[in-house]
Amino acid sequence: MENNSEKYSVRSFLGQLKSGIIEQNPTLVQVLGMCPTLATTTSLTNAIGMGLATTVVLAFSNLFISLLRKFIPKQVRIAAFIVIISGFVTAVEMLMKAYFTDLYQSLGVFISLIVVNCIILARAEAFASNNKPLPSIVDGLSMGLGFTCALCLLGTVREILGAGTVAGISIFGESFQPAQMFIMPAGAFITLGCLIALVQKLRTVSAEKQKAKELAAEEAADASEGGNDQ
Amino acid sequence: MTNDSELLVLSSSPHVKHKNNTRRIMLDVIIAMLPALVWSVVMFGWRPILLTAVSVLSCISFEYGYQRLMKKPTTVNDLSAVVTGILLAFNVPSTAAWWLMPIGAFFAIVIVKQLFGGIGKNIVNPAIAARIFLFVSWPSQLTGFNEPITDAVSSATALGALKEGIIPEGLTVLDMFLGLCSGCIGEISALMLIIGGVYLLVRRVITWHIPVSFLVTVAVLAVIFPQAGGNLEYMAYALFSGGLMLGAIFMATDYTTSPVTYKGRLLFGFGCGLLTVMIRYFGAYPEGTSFAIMIMNLLV
Repeated sequence: MENNSEKYSVRSFLGQLKSGIIEQNPTLVQVLGMCPTLATTTSLTNAIGMGLATTVVLAFSNLFISLLRKFIPKQVRIAAFIVIISGFVTAVEMLMKAYFTDLYQSLGVFISLIVVNCIILARAEAFASNNKPLPSIVDGLSMGLGFTCALCLLGTVREILGAGTVAGISIFGESFQPAQMFIMPAGAFITLGCLIALVQKLRTVSAEKQKAKELAAEEAADASEGGNDQ
Repeated sequence: MTNDSELLVLSSSPHVKHKNNTRRIMLDVIIAMLPALVWSVVMFGWRPILLTAVSVLSCISFEYGYQRLMKKPTTVNDLSAVVTGILLAFNVPSTAAWWLMPIGAFFAIVIVKQLFGGIGKNIVNPAIAARIFLFVSWPSQLTGFNEPITDAVSSATALGALKEGIIPEGLTVLDMFLGLCSGCIGEISALMLIIGGVYLLVRRVITWHIPVSFLVTVAVLAVIFPQAGGNLEYMAYALFSGGLMLGAIFMATDYTTSPVTYKGRLLFGFGCGLLTVMIRYFGAYPEGTSFAIMIMNLLV
């Protein structure tokens, strides 16, 4: 996995960003970290708060795990990762308590639970522990942003349907009667299921298009080759 | 229930299939539901007809629209969407806003039925799931029962009173049996629902196992643990109130979501009855029939 020889370029940066947000989106493609996804997306504000808090923890823990990757013994690496992650979670929690008290109160216990978010441990284990610091921090950021995007999408849909508001601002007026189920747990599962189904559909469609394109290109190449032979 | 064009169908018994089977069965179910619908018109005026029409039309258009959109063979002709539509309308009070029906129909047909693969592949009864969705989302809309036109009866629902441990005032067991009470469109008259149920039994659309074991379980539990009044009196109220008859006869017997074997059906009915009583006694809501059936659906 470790490629010290290759230089880190803008191109690989963009590639990582695209992979984290779209191709390997932690929530919608890898289906990791379901607990905060389902529990905290009752509104857009909560979703952004949760997403960004996780992103910060993810980026910093990836960076430090990558820096320490040669010093952490293989046998106790999980415990070491958790110690690093929980350090950053505690810091984020205290900062949120100090500067974003409302958000801190509405997210409640789920901020502390970032420690056990499996996206973070997965990236630590799969990426940061055998890559250089710079790609690791970018990986943390892009995965975190992918998580945030998915949460925002889910939070927006649920808030519009379940409360008739976006980030607390009413959009349909007084007479609108929202479907309360969407801000309940059942609504979270249904919305997430539909979103994942939609994303998978889009992925298969684009994969098929890609394949068709390649096939067409191959055929064109074959045809032109054939033409040359004659 | 299965597509005839499929070459090999792997399924549990029964294996006998017929082209017009589903259509004929669904037609029978529709006929069996008519007495209850007529009774609701007698009790509540024309609004039940309006709601039922909106519900049925929405169900048909969502089914047709989805299948066209996904380029699947259309199965609107099998009438199953019509049955879902009528059942959905039966589960709302006559005062419910009309726009609830298209939303419920969308939930029933697109999310519960078609996204899981269409008729015969849904894991829970579409009408039940949509009822619960509407009930949880707009509780005030789904519990705003009005006074029936013909006879002024108590304003609180019988189940609400029973839950608080009192026998509903001014409501006799006979009133409840005949349907001279408030409630959802299709659930008020136990008599009309039983007439429909007997028709379905005679036409061999359903077997007696699920409704009987469902109702007997509720009855036995009610006799042993009455919440109000005398044992037998309470049992009668428990049997004829809420959506129990509608659920036991028309919803729990849905082919796709109930067991195939007779023993399984008895057990299914027992589970439904037990859960209904449990939710009525200990749950947050006065009525538990729909939740009970959906939970048992998931176990099939």
